[in-house]
Amino acid sequence: MKKIISLLTVAMLVVCALAGCSGNKDAVATDGSTSMNKVIGALGEAFENETGITVTYNATGSSAGIQAVLEGRCDIGLASRNLKDDEKAKGLEETILAYDGIAIIVNPNNPVSDLDVETIAKIYTGEIKNWKEVGGNDAEIVLIGREAGSGTRDGFEDITDTKDKCDYRQELTSTGDVITTVASNPGAIGYASLASVKDTVKVLTVDGIAPSEETIKDGSYVVQRPFVLVTKKDAKLSENAQKFFDYITSEAANEIISGAGVVPAK
Amino acid sequence: MKKNRLFENIVHGIFLILGLITVGCVLLITVYLIISGIPAIREIRLFNFLFGKEWASTAAEPKYGILPFILTSVYGTAGAILIGVPIGFFTAVYLSKVANKKVRAVIEAAVNLLAGIPSVVYGLVGMLVLVPAVREIFNVPDGASLLAAIIVLAIMILPNIIKVSITALDAVPKEYEDASLALGATPTETFFKVSVPAAKSGIAAAVVLGVGRAIGEAMAVMMVAGNVANMPSLFESVRFLTTAVASEMAYSSPGSLQRNALFSIALVLFLFIMLINATLNFFLKRNKEK
Repeated sequence: MKKIISLLTVAMLVVCALAGCSGNKDAVATDGSTSMNKVIGALGEAFENETGITVTYNATGSSAGIQAVLEGRCDIGLASRNLKDDEKAKGLEETILAYDGIAIIVNPNNPVSDLDVETIAKIYTGEIKNWKEVGGNDAEIVLIGREAGSGTRDGFEDITDTKDKCDYRQELTSTGDVITTVASNPGAIGYASLASVKDTVKVLTVDGIAPSEETIKDGSYVVQRPFVLVTKKDAKLSENAQKFFDYITSEAANEIISGAGVVPAK
Repeated sequence: MKKNRLFENIVHGIFLILGLITVGCVLLITVYLIISGIPAIREIRLFNFLFGKEWASTAAEPKYGILPFILTSVYGTAGAILIGVPIGFFTAVYLSKVANKKVRAVIEAAVNLLAGIPSVVYGLVGMLVLVPAVREIFNVPDGASLLAAIIVLAIMILPNIIKVSITALDAVPKEYEDASLALGATPTETFFKVSVPAAKSGIAAAVVLGVGRAIGEAMAVMMVAGNVANMPSLFESVRFLTTAVASEMAYSSPGSLQRNALFSIALVLFLFIMLINATLNFFLKRNKEK
């Protein structure tokens, strides 16, 4: 009886070890910004088709991804903002992969179609409370945002200079939730990654310029932010991770990056 | 014979170890929560933490007051109980005493199904149906509110209340009811004056169990409550203790005051749950002694 049990245990351990090995040896681990899901997913798939090396992606958020690199829990960190100075001081390095436009979205039934950054800031800080003040219907503006710490929220508040001043009606925990909520409330305004915006909401033009690849790349659409690859400055990437890094920063990857709705940096 | 003894001992040992796993987990979680929850409370000061009215964890001058979360959790749970208990209680009385076998089988199956629905599904339906409905019906700018959360929680605790109450009501000896009926009481009088009082501690346990489920729910509430750290008000967006932890945990960096404060919130929540559990044990024990 005991023999059988010990044999089983050994067998199980061996199986676990083998499974663990095969999982770790090949895969390139990426971790970070939830907004980079689409672009990293597309790049990872193309890379896997070409080389057979798997790329894993853990959607935890920019700060969490940066932390994961620091602690060695992943190969490449993904952040949808530039590194802060104190993060750079910890020995991290950033490589800009692409630029993402943050789309300002409203309900499709909302007649308003253009706002400037200043007005957006006034709306989000609660200075403008009714849509009729900006040429819309007589309805209260419902501010939809993301939770504290979200890369999109950080990017949006940075660009509009509304840090800590936003008077949100709802703080939701994912881009999808924001889009769903804006699509179902006629008075709502929200922000979301341009790449994940769907037809169920209306994208506003900012200063008369609609977010698109050209306007983001030439900088005329101002509500935009970088997608950053985070690595350690002094430590070398594993062989596979380096291959992946080279692949996604090469020009060949540009098409895939644009395919994912963001603008390649190179 | 001796060999047999040895085998028995080994088996006992294994069972003991397996039993200790549960105890170990509880101890581990308790100790971990206390160790990681205390530093932030010490830094913020207990009074400021528990009674501060403002929460702005990522602001340039962070504020860590969790009174809005505590009150929201208390109001939300109380509201859910206020709506859920009468419905659940009368359903249980009906199913246990009045309904015929077929009806009972159908309704019980539905209740079991309701208990099995994952909370994220409650949240999703709440977000897509309930929130817009609250907005339309009450003519407020946005439906994500304490009220929406209360309604979702009330529905979520129904199965707990119904099932535990039914068990308590079914356990009332038939002789009590027969005696009451023989003395000329109507069936309704019998149910409410004999059966229910006899089952009252079981029903109380059901209510406490409902409170426990409501105060601990995070996912469904996160999707319908709006998650802004306002002081609770029925039609305002609010944040519960659970959602306060869940929504910021992923983004807080380890070791920061923000992360530690989230652990402190978890500790407060844990104390609430302990209190509820103690109450539950009290009722169950009284039940047994009877």
